Amino acid sequence: MKPLLYVRAESVGEAAAAHAGRPEARYLGGGTNLVDLMKLGVERPEVLIDISRLPLDQVEELPDGALRIGATVRNSDLAGHPLVRERYPVLSQALLSGASGQLRNVATTAGNLLQRTRCAYFQDVGKPCNKRVPGSGCGALTGVNRDHAVLGHSEHCVATHPSDLAVALAALDAVVELAGPGGGRTVELTEFHRLPQDSPDQDTVIRPGELITGVLLPPLPGGTVSRYRKARDRASFAFALASVAATVQVRGGVVRHIGVAFGGLAHRPWRARRTEAALLGSAPTPEAVARAVDAELAAAVPLRDNAYKVSLARDLACEVLGSLTART
Amino acid sequence: MEASDRPREHSPGPDSGPADRGGVLPPTHSRMTLKVNDTVHVIELDHRTTLLDLLREHLALTGSKKGCDQGQCGACTVLVDGRRVNSCLLLAVAQEGCEVVTVEGLAEAAGADGDLHPLQQAFLDRDALQCGYCTPGQLCSAVGMLEEARAGQPSVVTDTDRPTDAPVRLTVEEIRERLSGNLCRCGAYPHIVEAVQEVVVRDVAAREVIV
Ligand SMILES: Cc1cc2nc3c(=O)[nH]c(=O)nc-3n(C[C@H](O)[C@H](O)[C@H](O)COP(=O)(O)OP(=O)(O)OC[C@H]3O[C@@H](n4cnc5c(N)ncnc54)[C@H](O)[C@@H]3O)c2cc1C
Ligand code: SF4
Ligand code: FES
Ligand code: FES
Repeated sequence: MKPLLYVRAESVGEAAAAHAGRPEARYLGGGTNLVDLMKLGVERPEVLIDISRLPLDQVEELPDGALRIGATVRNSDLAGHPLVRERYPVLSQALLSGASGQLRNVATTAGNLLQRTRCAYFQDVGKPCNKRVPGSGCGALTGVNRDHAVLGHSEHCVATHPSDLAVALAALDAVVELAGPGGGRTVELTEFHRLPQDSPDQDTVIRPGELITGVLLPPLPGGTVSRYRKARDRASFAFALASVAATVQVRGGVVRHIGVAFGGLAHRPWRARRTEAALLGSAPTPEAVARAVDAELAAAVPLRDNAYKVSLARDLACEVLGSLTART
Repeated sequence: MEASDRPREHSPGPDSGPADRGGVLPPTHSRMTLKVNDTVHVIELDHRTTLLDLLREHLALTGSKKGCDQGQCGACTVLVDGRRVNSCLLLAVAQEGCEVVTVEGLAEAAGADGDLHPLQQAFLDRDALQCGYCTPGQLCSAVGMLEEARAGQPSVVTDTDRPTDAPVRLTVEEIRERLSGNLCRCGAYPHIVEAVQEVVVRDVAAREVIV
């Protein structure tokens, strides 16, 4: 690790000012990803700007019924928040199926969205990796790629985004709030993470020095039910091989609202718009659900070691959508 | 005030490194205050120091163990402001002003009668360890976990239809899920779960007597 300067920011303005013009600076949330990557030599910041004590640690209800989640709300606090548990079970479940109790007590909302891929080549500075060193090649493309992407990948990078939280937020039409040198802006969560294309070093559309200040959750239509299901190599404390987040409202036997997103399949949470379009306005029979899920996964291009992900994701989505439509 | 209630002042010893000399710290170091097991320490440290290294290398509290140094095993678990955390992934400087409890301070922090926290006694009674390397982390994690469950904090196996603020009933499934961040290479899991269960049962009985 390189010697480090450390700044504890007291306000958003102070944090942004400390970052301005310093490409070697990093914001420090809980540090559970950043400190890990610093030990591995993948991240080599010279300045850490500690934002974990900024007054962004609240979940508030807005007048229009939306929830605003502060950037530094810890994953365990968000998962246990009464309004989240009552209105967005999918979000609570996604958080609680990620990492461990100890990690969730520290990990922040913003840090979770900005965590880097768990691709083993990315984490090993002795291996080629376009995400870590642009132009060095992709070790996973022809290497061991059982954990990698089946959708939206490129020859430059086949990594997946590891967050469970982000998958639930994608299905919930969440919006990311940012503050930066040029002022504030908002970005829809589904547009926040990028596909790798020819610049996999950019995980998201965040600009240099920009700070996530919060995440907005719009209200769901009344009577909507939701659920998260994750498949992993062991029963607990492991990253997703594949996962699915879904929200569904059925009225008069017909789907009136639906949001579906996959995790573990792509460089970003994969919103399944084709599945949604196929089911919206129709009766969610098991056959219709299976056809709708297949419509999305038809675009999958598995790598050497991960064809299993397509059928795994299909089965997860059919089970989750089946159980949800049966409940409403 | 009893002598033991009073935080003890502790100045950095001669081994606290180059930062110490001359009183002026390089910009890569800071002076910080941290309370560990009821002792207040004023420490000068390199910003790269993790909380785990601070505890083990600077404060000679070697109960907390370094298993993986990557957040994957839980051997380094301690309580910071009452919450269980992996001390290997926390930068010490970011914990300025916090209260840390390590396995060495568990009994005292719980106001236990003897030298041992009830969980420590249960681990002994139930043979919940073999080599013992994971044990300090298991203990601190279990202490934090019991508090979370008491406060109604759900886990992924908690029935979502139950009221949100009632204490969670800690079934074997709940205990196993909630302690999944603590690995044991000796595979002492069955006895660890029994030991935790024993404390849970006693806890619930005590609460019902009071109510
Ligand atoms: C063993 C292990 C298992 C795990 N398992 C899972 C899992 O199953 N599912 C899952 O989803 N996650 C898992 N995680 C990842 C964990 O959830 C993340 O490490 C955590 O959410 C990151 O949050 P943090 O606050 O600690 O981020 P940090 O480490 O503090 O930050 C991460 C990145 O975000 C940047 N950043 C932080 N806050 C902001 C902000 N407000 N604005 C701009 N930039 C910011 C930092 O500069 C850094 O680049 C696991 C981690 C470990 C170590
Ligand atoms: S998949 Fe992406 S992160 Fe992994 S080695 Fe290839 S370029 Fe790097
Ligand atoms: S040493 Fe910290 S989790 Fe393994
Ligand atoms: S007792 Fe040996 S690692 Fe758990």
